Amino acid sequence: MSMLPRPFRVTSTRRDTRDTNTLDLVPVDGRPLEFAAGQFTMLHAFGVGEVPISISGDPGRPETLRHTIRDVGSVSAALAGASPGTVLGVRGPFGTGWEVGSGRGGDVVFVAGGIGLAPLRPAVLEVCAARTDYGRVAVLYGARTPDDLLFADDLRSWAADHDIDVAVTVDSAPSSWHGDVGLVTRLIERATVDANRTLALVCGPEVMMRHSAASLGDRGVTPDRVRLSMERNMKCGVGLCGHCQLREYFLCIDGPVLPYDVLAPLMSKAEL
Amino acid sequence: MNSVQNIEAFLPGHPFFAGLDDAAISMMAGCAVNAHLRPGEFLFHEGQAADTFYVVRSGRVAIQMRLPTEGVVLDTARDGDVVGWSWLVAPYRWTFDALATEETSVIAFDGACLRGKCETDPALGYALLQRVVQVMSARLHSARVRLLDLYGVRS
Repeated sequence: MSMLPRPFRVTSTRRDTRDTNTLDLVPVDGRPLEFAAGQFTMLHAFGVGEVPISISGDPGRPETLRHTIRDVGSVSAALAGASPGTVLGVRGPFGTGWEVGSGRGGDVVFVAGGIGLAPLRPAVLEVCAARTDYGRVAVLYGARTPDDLLFADDLRSWAADHDIDVAVTVDSAPSSWHGDVGLVTRLIERATVDANRTLALVCGPEVMMRHSAASLGDRGVTPDRVRLSMERNMKCGVGLCGHCQLREYFLCIDGPVLPYDVLAPLMSKAEL
Repeated sequence: MNSVQNIEAFLPGHPFFAGLDDAAISMMAGCAVNAHLRPGEFLFHEGQAADTFYVVRSGRVAIQMRLPTEGVVLDTARDGDVVGWSWLVAPYRWTFDALATEETSVIAFDGACLRGKCETDPALGYALLQRVVQVMSARLHSARVRLLDLYGVRS
């Protein structure tokens, strides 16, 4: 029953940044939560509230549900601060996935901004698990500062162990930082891609995604080969309440992942 | 191949110089030298006379500003990037520091010499100005978008 939360127990927590934690959860009833990379759940802190959170775990290991949660309000604070042993409610998984498998045989570019790396992580892991099925793979990641970078161990492992071109940039940094400073779109300009056979998956703030899609277009990647994960106010998760409506699309069921050729005319309209 | 020939061979393939005729390329190569910086070496400092601009051939340069406690990196330039436009804009003084953060090779152009040539050859001046404005526009766009603090918490 998709409206009824299933109880999941927090088994471990990890502090990622000053405001972001990762939780591992297991189902109290023992039934794994199968999910597709890119999907989200409605995560419930009992007595506080419920919010949509993308799954950041490995789709090949559904026995553990992993969520990376940024503390931006009362509910997300309660979720991000949950300690091992806490029972949380889970509805879902909901929504469309990245369908990164449709890019087999070609190149894949992941473009992440800020917490947007969390929803992309399952798709990157899916590619890692079948790495020889893909051509060049790049993860291009922009964050606010070096202290805000997520999944540093993963980024190193993807580059070292899975032949993935990982490039990171930040908006600003102290002079002790020797990496790139600038927009993530600069990384797109520099990426080695074969535009004709590239699938691009983009996740981050909407302005960042719009600019990234434009930069990918400048590189020759057509809008139908660019997929974005949209964020709106998901509430019911099953296309009933309309809170997440984007014109004719209910993003909780028609999205959150949609191709840019569908989204481009919608993203150019104010207050839609 | 000597340094000038080496630079003359490099320039036509660089987007900044694309479209300049052979005479302009040759003249610019004549105003340029190759240079190499070790990590921690500065290309220039804020407040100094800006009589040079650079094309990064390899490596990374941090454009930064000194604060009382530490430096803040505002931008980085990498292979193929152009560093510096203050040589073309009065009062011809650098407004930031530029620091090599890894082994870095650059082509350094004598901006003071080029300014003189631009004044006597308006077509060349316009062509260079167009190219420098593109660099400035890209940097301005980058700065404006980052001012939005998109990755920060939205209230």
